Amino acid sequence: MTVPPRGKPWLGPMLWLALALPAARHALEATMTLHMLVQIPLLAIAGWWLRPLLPRGAVKSLAAWNRGGISGLLLASLAAMVWMLPRALDAALEEPWIEMAKFIGVPLLIGVPLAVSWPHAGFVVRGVFLAEVIATAFRLGWLFLLAPQRWCSNYLLSDQQRLGKAMLAIGVAISLLLAWKLMWGRIDADGTRRL
Amino acid sequence: MSASRTLLASLLILAAGIAVLAAATDGFRAFTSETARRVAVREHPRALPPMPLQTARGRTIDFIGLRGRWLLVDFIYTRCMAYCSVQGSEFARLQDRLAGPIADERVALLSISLDPSHDGPEQLAAYQRRSGDRGVGWIAARPASPAGLEALMRAFGVTAISDGLGGYAHNAAINVVDPRGRLVAITDWYSPGEAERYVLQGLAQ
Repeated sequence: MTVPPRGKPWLGPMLWLALALPAARHALEATMTLHMLVQIPLLAIAGWWLRPLLPRGAVKSLAAWNRGGISGLLLASLAAMVWMLPRALDAALEEPWIEMAKFIGVPLLIGVPLAVSWPHAGFVVRGVFLAEVIATAFRLGWLFLLAPQRWCSNYLLSDQQRLGKAMLAIGVAISLLLAWKLMWGRIDADGTRRL
Repeated sequence: MSASRTLLASLLILAAGIAVLAAATDGFRAFTSETARRVAVREHPRALPPMPLQTARGRTIDFIGLRGRWLLVDFIYTRCMAYCSVQGSEFARLQDRLAGPIADERVALLSISLDPSHDGPEQLAAYQRRSGDRGVGWIAARPASPAGLEALMRAFGVTAISDGLGGYAHNAAINVVDPRGRLVAITDWYSPGEAERYVLQGLAQ
Protein backbone atom coordinates (compact mmCIF):
# COMPACT_ATOMS: atom_id res chain seq x y z
CA MET A 1 0.00 0.00 0.00
CA THR A 2 1.51 3.30 -1.07
CA VAL A 3 0.31 6.76 -1.93
CA PRO A 4 -1.61 6.79 -5.22
CA PRO A 5 0.56 6.92 -8.33
CA ARG A 6 2.10 10.34 -8.90
CA GLY A 7 -0.26 12.91 -10.37
CA LYS A 8 -3.40 10.94 -9.57
CA PRO A 9 -4.65 12.51 -6.35
CA TRP A 10 -8.24 11.87 -7.43
CA LEU A 11 -7.89 8.12 -6.90
CA GLY A 12 -8.78 8.36 -3.19
CA PRO A 13 -12.01 10.31 -3.63
CA MET A 14 -12.92 8.13 -6.63
CA LEU A 15 -12.56 4.92 -4.62
CA TRP A 16 -14.45 6.47 -1.71
CA LEU A 17 -17.31 7.47 -4.00
CA ALA A 18 -17.34 4.12 -5.81
CA LEU A 19 -17.66 2.24 -2.50
CA ALA A 20 -20.58 4.47 -1.52
CA LEU A 21 -22.58 3.59 -4.65
CA PRO A 22 -25.63 1.57 -3.57
CA ALA A 23 -24.75 -1.37 -5.83
CA ALA A 24 -21.19 -1.60 -4.45
CA ARG A 25 -22.44 -1.14 -0.92
CA HIS A 26 -24.96 -3.97 -1.16
CA ALA A 27 -22.52 -6.30 -2.91
CA LEU A 28 -19.79 -5.73 -0.33
CA GLU A 29 -22.17 -6.02 2.62
CA ALA A 30 -23.81 -9.21 1.37
CA THR A 31 -21.50 -11.39 3.45
CA MET A 32 -19.67 -10.88 6.72
CA THR A 33 -16.35 -11.76 5.05
CA LEU A 34 -16.72 -9.15 2.29
CA HIS A 35 -17.95 -6.57 4.78
CA MET A 36 -15.06 -6.94 7.20
CA LEU A 37 -12.20 -7.95 4.94
CA VAL A 38 -12.98 -6.12 1.70
CA GLN A 39 -15.27 -3.14 2.20
CA ILE A 40 -13.75 -1.79 5.40
CA PRO A 41 -10.12 -2.26 4.22
CA LEU A 42 -10.97 -0.60 0.87
CA LEU A 43 -12.48 2.34 2.77
CA ALA A 44 -9.25 2.60 4.73
CA ILE A 45 -7.23 2.53 1.48
CA ALA A 46 -9.46 5.28 0.07
CA GLY A 47 -8.53 7.30 3.16
CA TRP A 48 -4.84 6.50 2.69
CA TRP A 49 -5.07 7.76 -0.89
CA LEU A 50 -6.48 11.07 0.34
CA ARG A 51 -2.96 11.84 1.58
CA PRO A 52 -1.94 14.11 -1.38
CA LEU A 53 -5.09 16.19 -0.88
CA LEU A 54 -4.39 17.03 2.79
CA PRO A 55 -3.34 20.63 3.48
CA ARG A 56 0.44 20.61 3.72
CA GLY A 57 0.68 23.15 6.53
CA ALA A 58 -1.67 21.23 8.80
CA VAL A 59 0.16 17.93 8.24
CA LYS A 60 3.45 19.60 9.01
CA SER A 61 2.30 21.25 12.23
CA LEU A 62 0.57 18.06 13.39
CA ALA A 63 3.80 16.10 12.89
CA ALA A 64 5.13 17.53 16.17
CA TRP A 65 2.28 15.74 17.98
CA ASN A 66 2.88 12.50 16.11
CA ARG A 67 6.52 11.62 16.70
CA GLY A 68 7.43 8.34 15.09
CA GLY A 69 3.86 8.11 13.90
CA ILE A 70 2.82 6.85 17.33
CA SER A 71 -0.29 8.98 17.93
CA GLY A 72 -1.58 8.32 14.42
CA LEU A 73 -1.08 4.57 14.60
CA LEU A 74 -2.79 4.52 17.98
CA LEU A 75 -5.77 6.44 16.55
CA ALA A 76 -6.01 4.06 13.59
CA SER A 77 -5.80 1.00 15.88
CA LEU A 78 -8.56 2.22 18.17
CA ALA A 79 -10.81 3.16 15.25
CA ALA A 80 -10.17 -0.27 13.72
CA MET A 81 -11.18 -1.93 17.00
CA VAL A 82 -14.62 -0.35 16.75
CA TRP A 83 -15.14 -1.96 13.33
CA MET A 84 -14.05 -5.35 14.58
CA LEU A 85 -17.05 -5.51 16.92
CA PRO A 86 -19.67 -7.86 15.47
CA ARG A 87 -22.24 -5.46 16.83
CA ALA A 88 -20.87 -2.62 14.69
CA LEU A 89 -21.34 -4.64 11.50
CA ASP A 90 -24.96 -5.37 12.41
CA ALA A 91 -25.58 -1.75 13.34
CA ALA A 92 -24.12 -0.51 10.04
CA LEU A 93 -26.69 -2.62 8.20
CA GLU A 94 -29.59 -1.57 10.39
CA GLU A 95 -28.92 2.07 11.24
CA PRO A 96 -28.26 4.55 8.41
CA TRP A 97 -26.34 6.89 10.72
CA ILE A 98 -23.94 4.11 11.76
CA GLU A 99 -23.41 3.24 8.09
CA MET A 100 -22.62 6.92 7.51
CA ALA A 101 -20.23 6.89 10.47
CA LYS A 102 -18.45 3.91 8.92
CA PHE A 103 -18.11 5.55 5.50
CA ILE A 104 -16.69 8.73 7.05
CA GLY A 105 -14.87 7.28 10.04
CA VAL A 106 -12.93 4.45 8.40
CA PRO A 107 -11.24 6.59 5.71
CA LEU A 108 -10.62 9.57 7.99
CA LEU A 109 -9.76 7.84 11.29
CA ILE A 110 -7.99 4.74 9.94
CA GLY A 111 -6.77 5.49 6.40
CA VAL A 112 -5.60 9.08 6.81
CA PRO A 113 -3.73 8.59 10.13
CA LEU A 114 -2.02 5.48 8.72
CA ALA A 115 -0.92 7.38 5.60
CA VAL A 116 0.37 10.30 7.63
CA SER A 117 2.07 8.19 10.32
CA TRP A 118 3.52 5.15 8.58
CA PRO A 119 6.31 7.03 6.75
CA HIS A 120 7.50 8.45 10.11
CA ALA A 121 7.34 5.14 11.94
CA GLY A 122 10.69 3.54 12.64
CA PHE A 123 11.70 -0.09 12.78
CA VAL A 124 10.48 -0.69 16.33
CA VAL A 125 7.14 1.10 15.96
CA ARG A 126 6.40 -0.71 12.71
CA GLY A 127 7.40 -4.01 14.24
CA VAL A 128 5.12 -3.53 17.24
CA PHE A 129 2.24 -2.42 15.03
CA LEU A 130 2.59 -5.34 12.61
CA ALA A 131 2.96 -7.85 15.45
CA GLU A 132 -0.29 -6.51 16.87
CA VAL A 133 -2.00 -6.76 13.46
CA ILE A 134 -0.88 -10.39 13.17
CA ALA A 135 -1.96 -11.22 16.73
CA THR A 136 -5.35 -9.60 16.14
CA ALA A 137 -5.87 -11.55 12.91
CA PHE A 138 -5.13 -14.82 14.75
CA ARG A 139 -7.14 -13.99 17.87
CA LEU A 140 -10.24 -12.79 16.01
CA GLY A 141 -9.94 -15.45 13.31
CA TRP A 142 -9.77 -18.17 15.95
CA LEU A 143 -12.78 -16.76 17.82
CA PHE A 144 -14.88 -16.42 14.66
CA LEU A 145 -13.97 -19.92 13.55
CA LEU A 146 -14.78 -21.60 16.86
CA ALA A 147 -17.78 -19.63 18.13
CA PRO A 148 -20.77 -21.98 18.16
CA GLN A 149 -23.30 -19.17 17.86
CA ARG A 150 -23.81 -16.38 15.37
CA TRP A 151 -22.37 -13.03 16.44
CA CYS A 152 -24.11 -11.00 13.75
CA SER A 153 -27.87 -11.27 13.51
CA ASN A 154 -27.57 -10.40 9.82
CA TYR A 155 -25.02 -13.03 8.80
CA LEU A 156 -24.98 -16.82 8.81
CA LEU A 157 -22.77 -18.98 11.00
CA SER A 158 -21.07 -20.49 7.94
CA ASP A 159 -20.17 -16.97 6.82
CA GLN A 160 -18.72 -16.20 10.24
CA GLN A 161 -16.58 -19.33 10.09
CA ARG A 162 -15.36 -18.45 6.59
CA LEU A 163 -14.39 -15.03 7.92
CA GLY A 164 -12.48 -16.75 10.71
CA LYS A 165 -10.54 -18.89 8.25
CA ALA A 166 -9.80 -15.88 6.06
CA MET A 167 -8.44 -13.98 9.05
CA LEU A 168 -6.21 -16.88 10.04
CA ALA A 169 -4.93 -16.98 6.45
CA ILE A 170 -4.23 -13.23 6.57
CA GLY A 171 -2.36 -13.69 9.85
CA VAL A 172 -0.21 -16.40 8.29
CA ALA A 173 0.41 -14.34 5.14
CA ILE A 174 1.55 -11.24 7.04
CA SER A 175 3.75 -13.37 9.31
CA LEU A 176 5.43 -15.01 6.32
CA LEU A 177 5.88 -11.68 4.56
CA LEU A 178 7.39 -10.18 7.68
CA ALA A 179 9.66 -13.17 8.28
CA TRP A 180 10.83 -13.01 4.66
CA LYS A 181 11.57 -9.29 4.96
CA LEU A 182 13.44 -9.76 8.23
CA MET A 183 15.57 -12.59 6.84
CA TRP A 184 16.23 -11.50 3.29
CA GLY A 185 14.95 -7.94 2.96
CA ARG A 186 17.15 -4.88 3.29
CA ILE A 187 16.31 -3.09 6.49
CA ASP A 188 18.17 -0.08 7.81
CA ALA A 189 17.37 0.65 11.41
CA ASP A 190 17.53 4.39 10.82
CA GLY A 191 17.06 4.94 7.14
CA THR A 192 14.72 4.56 4.24
CA ARG A 193 14.07 0.82 4.22
CA ARG A 194 11.98 0.01 7.25
CA LEU A 195 9.92 -3.17 7.24
CA MET B 1 9.23 18.80 23.08
CA SER B 2 7.84 16.67 20.31
CA ALA B 3 8.05 13.59 22.54
CA SER B 4 5.94 15.10 25.30
CA ARG B 5 3.43 16.44 22.79
CA THR B 6 3.16 13.01 21.22
CA LEU B 7 2.66 11.46 24.65
CA LEU B 8 -0.08 14.00 25.41
CA ALA B 9 -1.77 13.43 22.03
CA SER B 10 -1.57 9.65 22.48
CA LEU B 11 -3.09 9.80 25.96
CA LEU B 12 -5.94 11.96 24.69
CA ILE B 13 -6.53 9.61 21.75
CA LEU B 14 -6.44 6.62 24.10
CA ALA B 15 -8.96 8.20 26.47
CA ALA B 16 -11.28 9.13 23.59
CA GLY B 17 -10.89 5.67 22.07
CA ILE B 18 -11.75 3.91 25.32
CA ALA B 19 -14.77 6.18 25.76
CA VAL B 20 -16.01 5.39 22.25
CA LEU B 21 -15.44 1.65 22.70
CA ALA B 22 -17.25 1.75 26.05
CA ALA B 23 -20.20 3.55 24.48
CA ALA B 24 -20.24 1.14 21.52
CA THR B 25 -20.39 -1.90 23.81
CA ASP B 26 -22.69 -0.62 26.59
CA GLY B 27 -19.74 -0.42 28.94
CA PHE B 28 -17.89 -3.48 27.58
CA ARG B 29 -20.92 -5.68 28.21
CA ALA B 30 -22.37 -6.13 24.70
CA PHE B 31 -20.09 -7.03 21.80
CA THR B 32 -22.88 -8.49 19.68
CA SER B 33 -26.23 -7.01 18.70
CA GLU B 34 -27.99 -9.93 20.38
CA THR B 35 -26.42 -9.17 23.78
CA ALA B 36 -27.12 -5.48 23.22
CA ARG B 37 -30.80 -6.25 22.63
CA ARG B 38 -30.94 -8.21 25.88
CA VAL B 39 -29.18 -5.50 27.89
CA ALA B 40 -31.46 -2.81 26.40
CA VAL B 41 -34.65 -4.72 27.21
CA ARG B 42 -33.53 -5.51 30.77
CA GLU B 43 -32.72 -1.87 31.46
CA HIS B 44 -35.60 -0.31 29.55
CA PRO B 45 -38.65 -2.60 29.34
CA ARG B 46 -40.41 -2.11 26.04
CA ALA B 47 -44.14 -1.67 25.47
CA LEU B 48 -45.35 -3.98 22.70
CA PRO B 49 -47.45 -2.78 19.77
CA PRO B 50 -51.11 -3.85 19.72
CA MET B 51 -50.72 -5.89 16.54
CA PRO B 52 -53.44 -8.47 15.89
CA LEU B 53 -52.39 -12.13 15.80
CA GLN B 54 -54.35 -15.04 14.33
CA THR B 55 -54.08 -18.17 16.45
CA ALA B 56 -53.95 -21.84 15.44
CA ARG B 57 -57.59 -22.06 16.54
CA GLY B 58 -58.52 -19.21 14.19
CA ARG B 59 -59.14 -16.62 16.92
CA THR B 60 -57.69 -13.11 16.78
CA ILE B 61 -55.75 -11.84 19.79
CA ASP B 62 -53.25 -9.09 20.58
CA PHE B 63 -50.83 -8.12 23.34
CA ILE B 64 -53.32 -5.78 24.97
CA GLY B 65 -55.86 -8.59 25.28
CA LEU B 66 -53.17 -10.83 26.77
CA ARG B 67 -52.27 -8.39 29.54
CA GLY B 68 -52.67 -9.49 33.13
CA ARG B 69 -50.47 -12.58 32.82
CA TRP B 70 -46.83 -13.32 32.23
CA LEU B 71 -46.07 -14.34 28.66
CA LEU B 72 -43.16 -16.38 27.37
CA VAL B 73 -42.90 -15.55 23.66
CA ASP B 74 -40.77 -17.21 21.02
CA PHE B 75 -40.54 -16.76 17.24
CA ILE B 76 -40.70 -19.82 15.02
CA TYR B 77 -41.54 -21.01 11.53
CA THR B 78 -43.10 -24.40 11.14
CA ARG B 79 -41.01 -25.55 8.17
CA CYS B 80 -37.85 -25.20 10.25
CA MET B 81 -35.76 -28.33 10.20
CA ALA B 82 -33.18 -27.05 12.67
CA TYR B 83 -33.76 -25.85 16.20
CA CYS B 84 -37.33 -24.55 15.87
CA SER B 85 -38.49 -28.11 16.38
CA VAL B 86 -36.52 -28.17 19.63
CA GLN B 87 -37.98 -24.77 20.56
CA GLY B 88 -41.42 -26.39 20.24
CA SER B 89 -40.64 -29.30 22.55
CA GLU B 90 -39.03 -26.91 25.05
CA PHE B 91 -42.33 -24.99 25.13
CA ALA B 92 -44.23 -28.24 25.67
CA ARG B 93 -41.95 -28.98 28.62
CA LEU B 94 -42.55 -25.47 29.97
CA GLN B 95 -46.28 -26.27 29.89
CA ASP B 96 -45.54 -29.03 32.40
CA ARG B 97 -43.15 -27.07 34.53
CA LEU B 98 -45.46 -24.06 34.76
CA ALA B 99 -48.68 -26.10 34.86
CA GLY B 100 -49.85 -24.48 38.13
CA PRO B 101 -49.64 -20.81 37.12
CA ILE B 102 -50.90 -21.72 33.62
CA ALA B 103 -54.03 -23.29 35.15
CA ASP B 104 -54.51 -20.10 37.23
CA GLU B 105 -54.23 -18.07 33.99
CA ARG B 106 -51.28 -16.19 35.38
CA VAL B 107 -48.85 -17.45 32.72
CA ALA B 108 -49.19 -18.26 29.02
CA LEU B 109 -46.80 -19.36 26.30
CA LEU B 110 -46.97 -17.78 22.85
CA SER B 111 -45.20 -18.86 19.67
CA ILE B 112 -45.32 -16.35 16.82
CA SER B 113 -44.59 -17.36 13.24
CA LEU B 114 -42.01 -15.44 11.23
CA ASP B 115 -43.42 -16.98 8.09
CA PRO B 116 -47.11 -15.99 8.09
CA SER B 117 -47.60 -16.59 4.37
CA HIS B 118 -46.91 -20.28 4.89
CA ASP B 119 -47.96 -20.81 8.51
CA GLY B 120 -51.76 -20.74 8.58
CA PRO B 121 -53.82 -22.03 11.54
CA GLU B 122 -53.54 -25.56 10.18
CA GLN B 123 -49.72 -25.54 10.00
CA LEU B 124 -49.48 -23.93 13.42
CA ALA B 125 -51.77 -26.54 14.97
CA ALA B 126 -49.73 -29.33 13.36
CA TYR B 127 -46.53 -27.75 14.71
CA GLN B 128 -47.96 -27.77 18.24
CA ARG B 129 -49.12 -31.39 17.95
CA ARG B 130 -45.73 -32.43 16.61
CA SER B 131 -43.99 -30.70 19.52
CA GLY B 132 -46.08 -32.50 22.12
CA ASP B 133 -48.54 -29.72 23.05
CA ARG B 134 -50.16 -30.50 26.43
CA GLY B 135 -53.31 -28.73 25.28
CA VAL B 136 -53.46 -25.79 27.67
CA GLY B 137 -51.65 -22.47 27.99
CA TRP B 138 -49.69 -22.52 24.73
CA ILE B 139 -50.90 -20.29 21.90
CA ALA B 140 -49.36 -20.53 18.43
CA ALA B 141 -50.18 -17.59 16.18
CA ARG B 142 -49.18 -15.62 13.13
CA PRO B 143 -49.26 -11.85 12.62
CA ALA B 144 -52.50 -10.96 10.85
CA SER B 145 -50.69 -8.75 8.32
CA PRO B 146 -47.17 -8.36 6.85
CA ALA B 147 -46.98 -4.91 8.47
CA GLY B 148 -47.82 -6.58 11.78
CA LEU B 149 -44.92 -8.98 11.37
CA GLU B 150 -42.53 -6.14 10.68
CA ALA B 151 -43.76 -4.13 13.68
CA LEU B 152 -43.50 -7.16 15.98
CA MET B 153 -40.01 -8.05 14.81
CA ARG B 154 -38.91 -4.46 15.34
CA ALA B 155 -40.47 -4.33 18.81
CA PHE B 156 -38.82 -7.59 19.87
CA GLY B 157 -35.58 -6.92 17.99
CA VAL B 158 -35.86 -10.11 15.95
CA THR B 159 -33.85 -10.42 12.74
CA ALA B 160 -34.51 -13.23 10.27
CA ILE B 161 -32.34 -13.81 7.22
CA SER B 162 -32.47 -16.44 4.50
CA ASP B 163 -30.35 -19.46 5.41
CA GLY B 164 -29.75 -20.20 1.73
CA LEU B 165 -31.70 -23.46 2.01
CA GLY B 166 -35.21 -22.05 1.75
CA GLY B 167 -35.48 -21.41 5.48
CA TYR B 168 -34.48 -18.68 7.90
CA ALA B 169 -31.72 -18.06 10.37
CA HIS B 170 -33.09 -15.95 13.22
CA ASN B 171 -31.96 -14.86 16.67
CA ALA B 172 -34.14 -17.33 18.53
CA ALA B 173 -34.76 -16.67 22.22
CA ILE B 174 -37.45 -16.76 24.87
CA ASN B 175 -38.91 -13.29 25.35
CA VAL B 176 -40.49 -12.57 28.72
CA VAL B 177 -43.45 -10.17 28.72
CA ASP B 178 -44.77 -8.95 32.07
CA PRO B 179 -48.48 -8.62 33.01
CA ARG B 180 -48.38 -4.94 31.98
CA GLY B 181 -47.59 -6.00 28.42
CA ARG B 182 -43.93 -4.95 28.46
CA LEU B 183 -41.00 -6.95 27.13
CA VAL B 184 -38.80 -7.18 30.25
CA ALA B 185 -36.24 -9.92 29.57
CA ILE B 186 -34.81 -12.11 26.83
CA THR B 187 -33.30 -15.49 27.69
CA ASP B 188 -31.65 -18.29 25.71
CA TRP B 189 -34.11 -20.51 23.84
CA TYR B 190 -32.17 -23.61 24.84
CA SER B 191 -32.37 -22.98 28.58
CA PRO B 192 -36.09 -22.59 29.34
CA GLY B 193 -35.27 -22.94 33.04
CA GLU B 194 -33.95 -19.39 32.94
CA ALA B 195 -37.23 -17.99 31.58
CA GLU B 196 -39.16 -20.17 34.04
CA ARG B 197 -37.17 -18.83 37.01
CA TYR B 198 -37.73 -15.27 35.84
CA VAL B 199 -41.48 -15.76 35.67
CA LEU B 200 -41.69 -17.60 39.00
CA GLN B 201 -39.75 -14.77 40.63
CA GLY B 202 -42.16 -12.28 39.08
CA LEU B 203 -45.15 -14.25 40.32
CA ALA B 204 -43.73 -14.46 43.84
CA GLN B 205 -43.39 -10.67 44.13
